[in-house]
Amino acid sequence: MRTKSSPLSRLYIALVFVFLYAPMAVMTVFSFNGNESTYTLHGFSTQWYVRLFSDAVTVNALKNTIILAVVSAVISTVLGTLATIGINSLKNKHVQSSIMSVTNIPMMNPEIVTGISMMLLFVFIGRLFSRSDTLGFGTILIAHVTFQLPYVILSVLPKLRQTDPRIYEAAQDLGCHPVNAFFKVVMPQIMPGIVAGAIMAFTLSLDDFIISYFTNGPDFQTLPIHIFSMTKKRVKPDMYALSTLIFAAIFILLILMNIAQSKSEKKQRTSKEEAVL
Amino acid sequence: MMKKSSFASKLINSPYILWSVLFIIAPLIMVLYYALTDASGAFTLDNVKGIADYSSTFILSIGYGAVATVISLIIAYPFAYFLAHTGASFQRMSVMLVMLPMWMSFLIRTYSWITILGDSGVINSFLRIFGIGPLPLLNNGAAVILGMVYNFLPYMILPLYTVMSRMDRSLIEAAEDLGASRLSVIRRVVLPLSVPGIASGFTMVFVPSVSTFYITQKLGGGQINLIGDVIEGQFQVANNYNLGASLSLVLMVMILICLGILRLFTDSDEGNGGVLI
Amino acid sequence: MKRIASLTLCLILMLSLGVTAFSAEQVEFSEEVTQYYASLGLQGTKLNVYNWGEYIDTEEVDVLSEFERLTGCTVNYTTFESNENMYSKLAGGGVSYDILVPSDYMVEKLLKEEMILPLDYSNIPNYEKYFDEEYGYLVDDEIDGKKISDYAVIYNVGTTILIYNTNYVKETPTSWSVLWDEQYKDKVLMFNNPRDSFAIAQALLGQDFNTVSKSDWDAAAELLKKQRETVHPTYVMDEVFNKMESGDYALATYYAGDYELMHDNNPDLAYVLPEEGINTFYDAFVISQSSQNKKGAEAFINFMMEPEIALANAEYIYYATPNKAVLENEDYSLIDSEAVYPDYSEIKNAQAFHDLPNDTLQYMNAQWMKVKGENDTTHLYVVFFTCLALIALTVAAYLIHKKKMKKYYEV
Repeated sequence: MRTKSSPLSRLYIALVFVFLYAPMAVMTVFSFNGNESTYTLHGFSTQWYVRLFSDAVTVNALKNTIILAVVSAVISTVLGTLATIGINSLKNKHVQSSIMSVTNIPMMNPEIVTGISMMLLFVFIGRLFSRSDTLGFGTILIAHVTFQLPYVILSVLPKLRQTDPRIYEAAQDLGCHPVNAFFKVVMPQIMPGIVAGAIMAFTLSLDDFIISYFTNGPDFQTLPIHIFSMTKKRVKPDMYALSTLIFAAIFILLILMNIAQSKSEKKQRTSKEEAVL
Repeated sequence: MMKKSSFASKLINSPYILWSVLFIIAPLIMVLYYALTDASGAFTLDNVKGIADYSSTFILSIGYGAVATVISLIIAYPFAYFLAHTGASFQRMSVMLVMLPMWMSFLIRTYSWITILGDSGVINSFLRIFGIGPLPLLNNGAAVILGMVYNFLPYMILPLYTVMSRMDRSLIEAAEDLGASRLSVIRRVVLPLSVPGIASGFTMVFVPSVSTFYITQKLGGGQINLIGDVIEGQFQVANNYNLGASLSLVLMVMILICLGILRLFTDSDEGNGGVLI
Repeated sequence: MKRIASLTLCLILMLSLGVTAFSAEQVEFSEEVTQYYASLGLQGTKLNVYNWGEYIDTEEVDVLSEFERLTGCTVNYTTFESNENMYSKLAGGGVSYDILVPSDYMVEKLLKEEMILPLDYSNIPNYEKYFDEEYGYLVDDEIDGKKISDYAVIYNVGTTILIYNTNYVKETPTSWSVLWDEQYKDKVLMFNNPRDSFAIAQALLGQDFNTVSKSDWDAAAELLKKQRETVHPTYVMDEVFNKMESGDYALATYYAGDYELMHDNNPDLAYVLPEEGINTFYDAFVISQSSQNKKGAEAFINFMMEPEIALANAEYIYYATPNKAVLENEDYSLIDSEAVYPDYSEIKNAQAFHDLPNDTLQYMNAQWMKVKGENDTTHLYVVFFTCLALIALTVAAYLIHKKKMKKYYEV
């Protein structure tokens, strides 16, 4: 039943992947270009990889982007999971649905509006405390966490609703502390949702340009802002080289993870079979 | 769920509610404030009146967004359906592969489409071998729509895949056993069951498509001016925060109306925008 | 899965914290210079620099880390893509920068709005040593009784030029009007910013680039609209490089130094300075009003004028530098470039941009939006009706489907 996919459907899947990865292929090829063009090929060179790592501004921007993505994903995952539990435990359905509506706002709102409204708020707060340097890592972090939260909540909530509250109650009846019971009973069940939410949050942060653009300050520039500011001069193949490197790193990681996972699954299966025998 | 824990639930909810009020509600109030005041801070309706000039841009943006969303849906739906019928490890790998392009900055991915579509680009160079072209693939509306579909397709695929993979297979089997043709299984069983996924995907593609500005600038060659460009221009070039804020407000309301209409047809009573990953 | 995921996440974070650029070769400064910067007492301070993207050498000489090495001051370096973008970040508030690099008209605007501080030239000894007075006239004007040169030190100078591909354009053009020639339909690239694009139309109309008369702007906008309708120009900024180098386009407008960069990659390109006049511009260092480290900022400006640093930047950016030490350096590759260093005495009608009053600026922006924003209406209707039809179709299909289902259940 599971593997009844026809060759035609496989072809379709492959075609969509070709569409999704066409720019990646182009980047990889042009990252080895002989001159500054990202449009026509002029021989082969690895100069862009060398130049990339000698460019402190780009390296710094890359570092900032990753730090921001990791930190904001961690915060939004923790806060989002807590919020999901809280929302789910609300008995008043009206309160629950109104909180959910508010939660959805950053997702329904165009990014440009979210970014601008955040900037207006931060500047306003800064004025209240008569400080002229409110924008920076803190504000960009808050903005990222805020727009990631609905995605985390939406991936944890369905998992939480699937859990059976009676197991949690049973654990408590058996003398488990509520907090302990939560970590031992509920947490493992909603973990796939939390992981999915965290990956989504991390991805959104890496990909975000518009919100960062409006909320960043003098001490923190992410890679997309750096790339956007090349509008007057030019985007050179070193940016393609960077993307190629990131892509290659993640791709290898993904394959390793997949191998590890299928191995552990096999182990489980064989151990189960052994148990049956 | 938690019987004696209404205090605990309040405790667990309060950080999130505080966060929402501070960083979701308050920024929107700031937008409203700017939209209804002039540069000196006095109340005025001029900004709201000024919107009339941009009504055709609004309609065009909604049109572009809708077309991009529908195309994404058409591409993503079979993809998600086929994917849900493949082996488990392939599915897991594929979901990551769908998200992976988003880890590279969307600016650079959009930029590389210029390399693919331009007159000396990959496609036209290929066509030249057969004596065709160069076809005008870049700097027009189609290129902008392609950019939107490309960038936001993962947001359509992921929720659709989630509903499809969770779908109870026995329903499909039952329908097949009762003699339904493959097409009517899809129409009568799969389609109605995937409505929440369609609704989520629609939201997540439509909203960013309507408000984008980088895609129109790079792939549209300045030929197509959507509302995102206008808003960005008001904040970044014309420095007219008040008009920009009121345009943002209208954009937000229009998107909410569009999504409200969608909600009417999908009557998803979950009230949380459906599913994610 | 979890463990692996969290492990990788930690790994990525650690790696990213550990990554630093392989430092480029260090410049050997003289003992005197090294001592001067070390003696300024900037150790432990920080300096927020806001510059154009790709507007400083980060490859051959890592200018920023050289400055950090010499002074012990930490530089927070961020970049912008246009004067307006920089201004709005500044005016929006919430940020405090030390060094800004606006262009001419933006320097005037910042000065008018008291957003920049006067420079203490005793902290910028290199100015007297290396600044080529030939360029001094650019900053001679007074704004509200304040001399621009007391506030700004020129970084780079340039002009707008007309670039053409000799494969398409056989006769050497002399006038901007070639951009309106229907023979080059779909083969023209125009600036994607209002001021530079308007200046071309204004030059053709013989107007002052800084006119405040609405009818002048109307006329210029009319001309640009006509161009858009007949020639279908593509409005670009940095894409101009790829598009001209590949030979896809016949004509383009951009900045002089960038022409040299393109010409290096495509020898078929040539340029002219059209007879109706061009725009001359400069970008200059200024110190923001909100600066927390004015001494550091002045040291930075001084450092940017050090011969080695100025040379590295000039070779990287390809615009004309007003630094005497570079102009006299035999290793400087651009000194013979007539595009970068034109004979100003031969250029007729060169005009600079000045700050426009707010209402004129808004009027110009509105006109520009109209030039670009009046989307082809047939296009609009096509899109609109397709999507209406699509929506109607889906809704109808769904409703029919629903009715059928209802009947089915009723039965």
